[in-house]
Amino acid sequence: MNKVKVGILGSGNIGTDLMYKIRRSDVLELTTVIGIDPSSDGLKKAKDFGYYTIDTGIKGFLENPDLADILFDATSAKAHIRHAKLLKQAGKKVLDLTPAAVGPSVIPPVNIAKHLDADNINLITCGGQATIPIVHAINKVQPVKYAEIVATISSKSAGPGTRANIDEFTETTARGIEEIGGAKKGKAIIILNPAEPPIMMRDTIYCLVENDFVDQKKITQSVKDMVEVVQSYVPGYRLRQEPLFDGNKITVFIEVEGAGDYLPTYSGNLDIMTAAAVKVAEEWAKNITSKVNV
Amino acid sequence: MGERNILITEVALRDGSHAIRHQYTVDQVVAVAKGLDDANVPYIEVSHGDGLGGSSLQYGLSLTNEMELIEAAVSTVTNAKIAVLLLPGIGTMKELKQAAQLGVKMARIATHVTEADISAQHIAFAKELGLETVGFLMMAHMVPTEKLVEQAKLMESYGADVVYVVDSAGAFLPHEVKERIQALKNSLSIEIGFHGHNNLSLAMANTLAAIEEGATRIDGSIRCLGAGAGNTQTEVLIAVLNRLGNNTGIDLYKIMDVAENIVAPILEKPQEITKDGLILGYAGVYSSFLLHAQAASKKFGIDSRDILVELGKRKVVGGQEDMIIDVAAEISKQKQTAHT
Repeated sequence: MNKVKVGILGSGNIGTDLMYKIRRSDVLELTTVIGIDPSSDGLKKAKDFGYYTIDTGIKGFLENPDLADILFDATSAKAHIRHAKLLKQAGKKVLDLTPAAVGPSVIPPVNIAKHLDADNINLITCGGQATIPIVHAINKVQPVKYAEIVATISSKSAGPGTRANIDEFTETTARGIEEIGGAKKGKAIIILNPAEPPIMMRDTIYCLVENDFVDQKKITQSVKDMVEVVQSYVPGYRLRQEPLFDGNKITVFIEVEGAGDYLPTYSGNLDIMTAAAVKVAEEWAKNITSKVNV
Repeated sequence: MGERNILITEVALRDGSHAIRHQYTVDQVVAVAKGLDDANVPYIEVSHGDGLGGSSLQYGLSLTNEMELIEAAVSTVTNAKIAVLLLPGIGTMKELKQAAQLGVKMARIATHVTEADISAQHIAFAKELGLETVGFLMMAHMVPTEKLVEQAKLMESYGADVVYVVDSAGAFLPHEVKERIQALKNSLSIEIGFHGHNNLSLAMANTLAAIEEGATRIDGSIRCLGAGAGNTQTEVLIAVLNRLGNNTGIDLYKIMDVAENIVAPILEKPQEITKDGLILGYAGVYSSFLLHAQAASKKFGIDSRDILVELGKRKVVGGQEDMIIDVAAEISKQKQTAHT
């Protein structure tokens, strides 16, 4: 199968981790890594791997737009708003890993099929990627009237962008729980834990379902099936224990261990974002090549 | 009545929310706020125990919407200022704005002692709303003095008018409080506050140590109506500060009467230092974990102290109530395997 050419915008931690993940893809061919700091570790690594590197940002890429058809944007929300406009004009598809939320929000196992034709997709938040699949899995069996998630991440893995605007995390995630997870009402809480060695990302999902009769067996199975689907692109995603049932309340405990590509394994919160981005890009690529083939 | 040299914030209508599983009613809040206002208490904090937006399955759902409680308190008092607590990551600026519109005068923005930088936006926003703004560094016992000073300076740089050392676990010893307040007085130019918990029966001693070193903002909970074993008991503190020649401006007899006649009946049982409360202070665990750990102990048939000690070992921070069930389930599983 022909691979689709992709590029990475941003040579920081996230951009560099993406580089490692895309290298393993059967359908994506990484050609270009774009940064603004020629001395960044990310650009150096990209050069070592033999990728074409650009250190003049988006401008440099637009001078050679044939280098990639899909771009991963791992810069900042502010930069992405500008990038999104320019890349749209250039006819490129963009995966937005910033909180800019220009395009539709996607949780791969829930709603990717709906947005294959979108030219810009955003990935909500790490907490959303880790928990919305579970809300959806429960909601499929019995309508969820209220879902609440608590994401606990190590202080070290919370970047300056998250720290400067933590309300954005809680508000965006809560919206995703409702609009994509299907809960009537959603709430999100984020906690930073500074313990050393750093803790792994943990997520607790509480759901209140409509009926008093709760089909425990069916819900447990649906949750487990969903965990398996997420594991197919985030191998370190797992249930910490069996779902707990208490009246119409269901509690699910998740742990996300990173793949340790470029980022340390404790930062499962970052890993699930880069993994989800690659997953979406792969679906896009399959869609593009299948269209070309017919 | 001379100028107050110590400003007291009464926290029973916020911290005490934990002790009664967030079941405050409008009538209770009105009665307490009226009594406190009458006794000339300058600040009264009203919010869910975990601050604005804390009503949740994780921490406990509020019986009454906190905005209704805040509104009721604001309309009850004549001199006292109503304060709210906000933990970024749990509550948002939206709720802070709503509280400000209801007539709240003070915002206390709380973070774990190492995470001050997540409060920059909220502190700036509170100032913008015209609120007196306090930075609240929780679980302060978990870090050395230098780290605490560094984080307090951040809050000062964001615009906080006051920074508090918050002994959320009631784990500090008096000489540790002394050292910390002294260091903060030497490095900051804003007022310093202290918020204690009585899990090791040291809330009063720690508060006095803080005042000796120059802390001028002090939290108390009337009748000890706060999380864990409660906070520094406000009415007792007023008596002690009177004896020491400080001026809080608070009427001793009146606040004693509020404690006895209005607050005592709210408590499901009198506050005392139970074995679980003691373990909170001893293991350095967030005081609001108390009732959650007791519930988990019942559910899994294990000693609540084992749960709390394990949480302390794992350096769990405030807000991680979900870890209680997680750890309890793990301990109970280990016990089962050990038996078979």
